[in-house]
Amino acid sequence: MSESLNFHFDVDGENFVSAGQASVQVKKNLRRLGLPPEIIRQVSIALYEGEINMVIHAHGGTADINVFEDKIEIILADKGPGIADINLAMQEGYSTATENVRSLGFGAGMGLPNMKRYTDEMKIESEVGVGTTITMCVYLK
Amino acid sequence: MTVKKLAEKYSFEVLSMPEPEKEINGGYIGDLLSWVMGRAEASNIWLTIMTNMNIAAVAQLSDVSAVLICEGARPDSDVISTAKEKGVNILLSADTAYNTAVRISSDI
Ligand SMILES: Nc1ncnc2c1ncn2[C@@H]1O[C@H](COP(=O)(O)OP(=O)(O)O)[C@@H](O)[C@H]1O
Ligand SMILES: [Mg+2]
Repeated sequence: MSESLNFHFDVDGENFVSAGQASVQVKKNLRRLGLPPEIIRQVSIALYEGEINMVIHAHGGTADINVFEDKIEIILADKGPGIADINLAMQEGYSTATENVRSLGFGAGMGLPNMKRYTDEMKIESEVGVGTTITMCVYLK
Repeated sequence: MTVKKLAEKYSFEVLSMPEPEKEINGGYIGDLLSWVMGRAEASNIWLTIMTNMNIAAVAQLSDVSAVLICEGARPDSDVISTAKEKGVNILLSADTAYNTAVRISSDI
């Protein structure tokens, strides 16, 4: 593995209001590195959707962001309920979010599709009752 | 047009304006946050009736130039202070999102 810059965050599963702290911090860090705004925007939104999902669906988890010479890798891992049907979960509009979450403007079933839209690679590994790990990459062309 | 000029021209109430010189390019109307993040473009002005804390993060992460809260909805003071910290502009319009968009359309 080539050398990389790593950021690690614990995502609090209880606090919905403050969700997004990892994304906000990563955005600051990537700005400081002088990366292009569009790349930073893609990484920030993909990471935020992932963070929100861990909060609303999985009681929290961890986020690791690794900045390489040629790409930014985002790894989101949780020990939540897992995703039974990944193809179904990836469909725009599919959501198991609660009414309460929806009233806050989330739960539109667009989170996973957004993560795919804004990244160049996305892999979901999930086992029901064990947890979910999502790995995404944004290339630095 | 900049956020500051837009607020002045249309007399929008300013709740937070840490970045007055941000240029507005186009707009997006919506309340579902993932739609906003998926469809709004950087520098858009975002018209919404949502007022909860998450709008500050969404606005910041998606690089919109300002949040224009319509229908006279009003966020709590902690949302406003967070927006100021995060460099997020928040304006208020008493009018509907549709009417507000129609009014400002020739300037964005
Ligand atoms: N980390 C996760 N753990 C368990 N289930 C998840 C996770 N992320 C997503 N899901 C499932 O996939 C569905 C679709 O996710 P998403 O597209 O982000 O939409 P939303 O979060 O708005 O429901 C969720 O409703 C949920 O059932
Ligand atoms: Mg989601």
